Amino acid sequence: MKRQNKTERVSWPVTILLILGLVTVIFPLYMALMIALKQPSEMTNSIAGILSLPKTFSLDNFREAMRVTDFWRSLFNSFLITAVNLVISIALHSVIGYVLGRNRGSSKFYSFVYLYIVSGMFVPFAILMMPLVKQTAQMGIANIVGVICCYVVFYMPMNMMLYSGYLVNIPLSLEEAARVDGASTWKTYWSIIFPIMKPMHATVAVLTALGTWNDVMTPLVIMSGSGMNTLPLAQMTFQTQFGTNYNLAFASYLLALLPILIFYLFCQKQILNGVVNGAVK
Amino acid sequence: MKKINDRERTYFFMTLPILALFFCFNTLPLIKGVIYSFTNFKGYGSYDWVGLRNYVDLFQDVRVGKSYLFTVKLAVTSTIVVNVLSLLLALGLSSKIKFKSALRGLYFIPNILGALVVGYIFNYFFTYILPAVTKTTSMLASTSWAWVAIVAVCAWQSVAMNTIIYISGIQTVPEEVYEAGAIDGATGWFKFKNLTFPLIMPFFTINMVLCMKNFLMVFDQIMALTKGGPAQSTESISYLIYNNGMAGGQFGFQSANAVVFFVLIVALSVAQTKFGSSKEEQL
Repeated sequence: MKRQNKTERVSWPVTILLILGLVTVIFPLYMALMIALKQPSEMTNSIAGILSLPKTFSLDNFREAMRVTDFWRSLFNSFLITAVNLVISIALHSVIGYVLGRNRGSSKFYSFVYLYIVSGMFVPFAILMMPLVKQTAQMGIANIVGVICCYVVFYMPMNMMLYSGYLVNIPLSLEEAARVDGASTWKTYWSIIFPIMKPMHATVAVLTALGTWNDVMTPLVIMSGSGMNTLPLAQMTFQTQFGTNYNLAFASYLLALLPILIFYLFCQKQILNGVVNGAVK
Repeated sequence: MKKINDRERTYFFMTLPILALFFCFNTLPLIKGVIYSFTNFKGYGSYDWVGLRNYVDLFQDVRVGKSYLFTVKLAVTSTIVVNVLSLLLALGLSSKIKFKSALRGLYFIPNILGALVVGYIFNYFFTYILPAVTKTTSMLASTSWAWVAIVAVCAWQSVAMNTIIYISGIQTVPEEVYEAGAIDGATGWFKFKNLTFPLIMPFFTINMVLCMKNFLMVFDQIMALTKGGPAQSTESISYLIYNNGMAGGQFGFQSANAVVFFVLIVALSVAQTKFGSSKEEQL
């Protein structure tokens, strides 16, 4: 009985240690915020001058950074790429996951296709990068369209595996019943299987969205000539052009981090679940 | 009978366009990459076949050799650091503590932030804040310390991810195991080593594979922190391929580099999964 009580009790030393450890997480963000709120004249050379609270609270840097980096435009591009990629990925990857999940046991062709797509996971972007730049340019899609096509393909192996893995839990009898009622395979899929896979859609959406939103390399190499920026790319341009005005730079960095932080604030549970499901399954 | 054929046909027509898209943006560029690796293509203009010369040169190129050594050093160190830290953190966050879900939520934040912007923020930290505290020159300007700074930034972001995976692993360990262990007097390190760790082995494998693969392909952090410097001491393989292949006129040569890198990644992934699954079987 005594032991029972002991395990039930809250461990304060661990709690305190963990709270102290949070400094490592919060400090970089705190530093960024303090710098972003100050004017260059307020930045003395001492650390105290950099990290102290600003004398006057002003969002001028944020306003200016939005103007210089064309914030809304980059935000829109990032949002467009992520959203379109999500819609196409969920539609196509769930279909291919379904077809391969249902048929790879009984058909040599589909089990080959399954392995073929899974093997795509081992292909690093570094080897595809240079040929893809040439290819998208030749196809006339060295822009947002090309980037989306790349993402749809890059995320296919993992998402397909997630979907076909999830399918094991869905009994075949559901489809059979619909078929007996005369529904076509196509219709059966969209009206019965697709809605049932909803938990997996959430996982796939979280993983794909986080990866797409934060990715730098793909848009960097493919749409660098199009004059379009994504949110992270805009920071890179900013760095090279106005690299020395740190106050403005940090305002811009924080603006770039803000959308995903807000998203995290509202969908924390789904994000954590999605990330774990994606990694463990 | 007609129904079955109908179904087969629908499946086939569902697969075909998706397969074509996959081929077009994955297999085709891969094949092209391999073809380019046998040429002296600069990225523009005409080119000739050079056979295996790129590969021969690759193994004698000091800069390429250095980048492989650096990338492997970075990946191995980061993987160890990240797994040790995240295991500790996961054990802490799984124990009986106050504010559990808030703490878990906060510790996960680094993982959702973009690596490039995080890199820029840390760039400032290593250039201005840290030197002022330690009264030394910036780590990023030192050929022997810059890589440590990169490990730190990589770890800062990855610990969050691995911790969450370890937490979900620790949750799978049934309470009875600990109760039985407690009777035998298993506490502290002994409990962890003999009960918890063997039971979360599959999660350990997942984390190792995830970490190794991600860190071998490291790019954003290099771009934001050092741009490969100082004196090319922190050029990761991906960065070198990007930098010299795209802008440096070494399209063919860096394609050969990318092919070797590809083989390395495949070999490593296969080895890691094999090693991991053989360990798991003992459970």
